[in-house]
Amino acid sequence: MFPKGTKRKFLDSAEDAATATVAGEQGPASTRTPSPSYSLQRQSLLDMSLIKLQLCHMLVEPNLCRSVLIANTVRQIQEEMTQDGTWQIMTQALAAAQCPTDRLVATEVLCRQSDPAAAAAAGQSPKPYPLVGGLDRGYHSEEVVMEAGDAHKEALPTQSYLAGPFGMGPCWEEEQQQQEEEEEEDGGDEDGEESEGEDVDERPEVDSRPGEQVFGTFEIKQQPPPPPPPDPALEELFSDVDPSYYELDTVLTGMQSAPKMGPYDLLESLSSHGPQPLSPGASCRSDLNELDHIMEIIVGS
Amino acid sequence: ADIISTVEFNHTGELLATGDKGGRVVIFQQEIESMPQFRSEYNVYSTFQSHEPEFDYLKSLEIEEKINKIRWLPQKNAAQFLLSTNDKTIKLWKISERDRRPEGYNLKEEDGRYKDPNTITSLRVPVLIPMDLMVEASPRRVFANAHTYHINSISVNSDNETYLSADDLRINLWHLEITDRSFNIVDIKPANMEELTEVITAAEFHPHQCNTFVYSSSKGTIRLCDMRISALCDKHSKLFEEPEDPSNRSFFSEIISSISDVKFSHNGRYMMTRDYLSVKIWDLNMENRPVETYQVHEHLRSKLCSLYENDCIFDKFECCWNGNDSVVMTGSYNNFFRMFDRGQRRDVTLEASRENIKPMQVLKPRKVCVGGKRKKDEISVDSLDFNKKILHTAWHPQDNIIAVATTNNLYIFQDKVN
Repeated sequence: MFPKGTKRKFLDSAEDAATATVAGEQGPASTRTPSPSYSLQRQSLLDMSLIKLQLCHMLVEPNLCRSVLIANTVRQIQEEMTQDGTWQIMTQALAAAQCPTDRLVATEVLCRQSDPAAAAAAGQSPKPYPLVGGLDRGYHSEEVVMEAGDAHKEALPTQSYLAGPFGMGPCWEEEQQQQEEEEEEDGGDEDGEESEGEDVDERPEVDSRPGEQVFGTFEIKQQPPPPPPPDPALEELFSDVDPSYYELDTVLTGMQSAPKMGPYDLLESLSSHGPQPLSPGASCRSDLNELDHIMEIIVGS
Repeated sequence: ADIISTVEFNHTGELLATGDKGGRVVIFQQEIESMPQFRSEYNVYSTFQSHEPEFDYLKSLEIEEKINKIRWLPQKNAAQFLLSTNDKTIKLWKISERDRRPEGYNLKEEDGRYKDPNTITSLRVPVLIPMDLMVEASPRRVFANAHTYHINSISVNSDNETYLSADDLRINLWHLEITDRSFNIVDIKPANMEELTEVITAAEFHPHQCNTFVYSSSKGTIRLCDMRISALCDKHSKLFEEPEDPSNRSFFSEIISSISDVKFSHNGRYMMTRDYLSVKIWDLNMENRPVETYQVHEHLRSKLCSLYENDCIFDKFECCWNGNDSVVMTGSYNNFFRMFDRGQRRDVTLEASRENIKPMQVLKPRKVCVGGKRKKDEISVDSLDFNKKILHTAWHPQDNIIAVATTNNLYIFQDKVN
C-alpha cells in the first residue's frame, strides 16, 4: 500500500493531522493559528488534491463524482486557510511577483532568500494555479471558465474566489454541450439551444485569451497583473485550447511533451521536500517552493 | 477472466447474472441436489456480449462497454428478461430456451439446402423433435441517447412497466416498451457547472409503491420522491440525512459520507445506505437519523489520508439484504466481506479466497487488528491488500445463498446444511 518508506512516514503523521478535529481549534479566526505540522499537512493535502484534479483526465474512467469530491475538499481547505489568514499570505506573496511567466527560478535560489517578498521578487510567478486551468486541455471547453473581467474586481473576497472553477467547469463539461441537443423533448430542446448559444458566444474568448482567462480564474488581488507575455512553455500548455473538437491525441501529445512524469512522480517530488522550517515566513516559502516545483515540472523549463 | 462489475440474482434466485468490464453478461443457473444434502450448484447457463465499446466521434471519447448494473424483470412467461446498462445505453435482453427443432421440411434438405421442387412427390408436416438445450439471448430493446453523464443505477418499477435510470446529475423514467422517449424526473445539474458540488450516486424504486423512489448523493443525503406530486421530482418528499459528528470531523468527512449504494428492504419499510466506512439502516418514517449503523471497517478511519492518495477512498461498495431483511451484507478490502445480523446484533467478517479454503469447507471468521499485539489468525491493518476489494455482493431472495465477486472471480457460498 505504501510504495516508499519515506512517504509512509510523511503520510502517517499526515493522517493524524488531517484527521485531527477542526472543531478542536476554537476561538476567533484571527487569534487561531494552526500548528505548523497541521498547516504543512493541510498544504500537502491541498497540493495532492490539485494534482488529482489536474490529472483527472488521465484516469482510465473519467469520474465526475470523484472530481466533485476532490474539488469540494480543495474548497474546504481553502476556506479554512482563508480563515486562518494563511491563504492571504500565500496569495499576497504570489501576486506580488509580477514576473514574466517564463522566468521560473530554481528552488535553490528561492531557499536562499531571507523573506517571502524577496523570494517573490526573485522570480516567482503565479503560475501554479494555471496548473489546474490546464484541465481545459483535457476537455472540450466550450464554456468559459470565468470571465476575465471578473478577475479584476476590486473587492473580490477570497470566499467568492472559491466558487470559481479551478478550471473544473470545462473538466465536467466534457460531454454536455453537444449531447444536450440530443436530449429528450421534455427539457431537452431548451437545454440544447441554450448551450449551443453559449458555445457560440464563448468560443472566441476561449480562443483569444487562454492565459488571461485561466489567470483570471485565480486572480484575487486588487491590482491586476499585466498580461503575461507569450511564453513558449505556456503556449505549449495552452496550445490546444481550441474550439474545434480536438482529439484526445492532442491532449496526450501535450502531456507527453512535458517532461515524462506521471502523477505519482509529482507526489514524490512534493513529499521529497520533506519537513520544512517552522517559521511562518518559511512555511510560506515552502508553499511557494512546492507550488513552483510542480509548475516547473509540468511546464518543463 | 475479466473484472466483474455487477452481480444480481433474479426474483426466484434460480438465475444469477454477472456483468463484467468487457461488456459480457454471464448467467448461472441453480441446480439443487436433493441427495445427500440440499446443496445448490450454480452452473453457467448463458453467456452473451451485452455491450460493445463505442466511440463518440463528436467528442473523441470512448464509451466503455463495462456493465454497470443488471436488473432482472419479474418473469411473466417462459422467457427471462433482464436490463443491462453501461455508461450510456440500457438494453433489454430476452433469454429463452430452445430444446426442440423442426424437422421434415418439404422444400429444404436437412442441412438447409433447397430441394428442387420437381423432385418432390409427396408432402408431409414438419415435426418438432427434441434437441440439446440451447439458451439464446437476444436484445429486445435498446434505450440509448438519454444520458449525458455516466449511468450509475437502473431500477425496475413494481408496476413492471416502467423503470428508472440514473446518471450523475439526472434521473430518467422509461417505459419498457418505448425506446425513443424517456421522461426526466430529477435534474440536479446547476445552471452554472462551476457551482456543482453534489452528484447523484444511486437510485432505486420502492419495492411496492410504484410512485416512490429514492436517490442518494455524494454529500451523504438520500431523497425520497413521490412521482404523483409533480412531473419533475426536484423537490423531495423526504430528505434523509444524519447530522455530522463533530468529534469525527476531518477534511475527508464529506468524501467518506458519500453514499455508494442504496437498497430498499424487501418489506419496503427500511432502506440501507453504504458510505465508505459504514452501513446505515433507515426507517422510511424517520428522516433525521438512521435507526441502525454498522461499522464496516473502522480500522480504516485513521488511514483516510493514504486511502485518499491511492484513490481507494472513492471505491464504491454495494450492499444487500437477505431474503427476510434480518441480515445485511457488504464488501471490504483484502477480499473480506461483512455480514451484520440485525436481530441478534452479531457481525462476522469472512474472506473470499481460494488460498485458505477448500470447497465445502466452512468459512472461518476473520479479524483485523489495529496496532498493538496481533493475535494468531488476525491480520494487521497494514497488511491488508487494498487491490483486493469486494465491491459487489448479492443475496439469494429466499435461501441463504450468497454471491460474492472479487476482482476476477465469483464465489458462491451457502449455509451449511446437516
